[in-house]
Amino acid sequence: MPTETQHIITEKQIWNLLEEVCDPEVPVLSILDLGIVRGIKIVDDAIEISITPTYSGCPAMDAISMDIKMKILEHGFKNIKVSHVLSPAWTTDWMTESGKHKLKDYGIAPPRLSNDKSTVVECPQCHSTNTKLLSQFGSTACKALYQCEDCKEPFDYFKCH
Amino acid sequence: MSKTLIDFILQLADTNFILAQRNSEWCAHGPILEQDIAITNISLDLLGQARNFYQYSANIINTHKESGTSEIPRVSEDSLAYLRTERDFKNLLICELPNEDWAQTILRQFLYSIFQFGLYEQLQKSIDAPLAAIAEKSIKETTYHVKWSSEWVIRLGDGTEESHARMERALQNLWPYTGEFFIPADYEKGLIDVVALKKNWIEKVYAVLMEATLQKPAESVYMHRGGKEGAHTENLGFMLAEMQYLQRTYPGATW
Repeated sequence: MPTETQHIITEKQIWNLLEEVCDPEVPVLSILDLGIVRGIKIVDDAIEISITPTYSGCPAMDAISMDIKMKILEHGFKNIKVSHVLSPAWTTDWMTESGKHKLKDYGIAPPRLSNDKSTVVECPQCHSTNTKLLSQFGSTACKALYQCEDCKEPFDYFKCH
Repeated sequence: MSKTLIDFILQLADTNFILAQRNSEWCAHGPILEQDIAITNISLDLLGQARNFYQYSANIINTHKESGTSEIPRVSEDSLAYLRTERDFKNLLICELPNEDWAQTILRQFLYSIFQFGLYEQLQKSIDAPLAAIAEKSIKETTYHVKWSSEWVIRLGDGTEESHARMERALQNLWPYTGEFFIPADYEKGLIDVVALKKNWIEKVYAVLMEATLQKPAESVYMHRGGKEGAHTENLGFMLAEMQYLQRTYPGATW
């Protein structure tokens, strides 16, 4: 009678492994926190993972695809395909609550929900809401540059997208 | 294989690719650090969009090749970008014009982004699912480009005497290249209705120009055309020479 061997991996195990794959630009976030994993398909020993890009030109996407493959390879599974899905387009609303907390602790103001029309961005250092936008475009495509008017520290805001 | 569909996708790819290259020339030369970062971020968005279009057209071409009915060699996003000649490129002429100064760079981004926004709005409803998906993804990025470039047009137009004069000059230079947006190429027919985009574009552009205290140009000036059909200004050859040098000299080089 066949018993469960290392040659069989469950979808749940893969989800757990993906929790360990981080965004190379914002290393406190896993790709699950980011909300870019669309689905996992297992047929016999073939594993297909579909992810969605955050921004069209985000250079991290190639690195993330490679990191996913490496992570699963480490566990002895060789037949892995990572495919990219464009539609529906990624939105920061798919970021998890725990992801948003991690971002804030890391010093990056987390994105608002897209239906939240307020324009207040809270300073991740001193929590003041007296902040101003310096530039719509920050150090990476996904961030804008802000400054706190109270503690005077500049900080990144993960743009609502 | 639909030749018209491939030409249309390549036109979208080339236009984004060439403008990405022009904007990237500002990298480390921007007027201030934040704006250097902004223009190169926009460049990256456009390059990403170009890659999506090149990949899609390469897919169609290769699928057709595998069915064995054509002599077209296998292609990739790289070969489409690096190994096609000037006459094969279908980008809008406005994208290949030199950056000149910050005013011209900003104004071009503005005129093009407003157009691109309307184009993606229409393309999102395309019956061609991959094109609709790329448009749906890209329009979110274009929304930022429109906002950023509009703010700068207003700031420079309604700024100092010097910045106003530079914006006026840029407007004179660039305006005759905007007519091409709305003249359909043969291969665009049935895939996109560019004529329908004009009214909205004019309204949005004029509103920002007015706020920027810039005189709105006459619609009747002579308009250059030909980019969509591969007839380019002398600028494109120099750009391609620089962009394609490595792959032409060392075919297949990787690093």
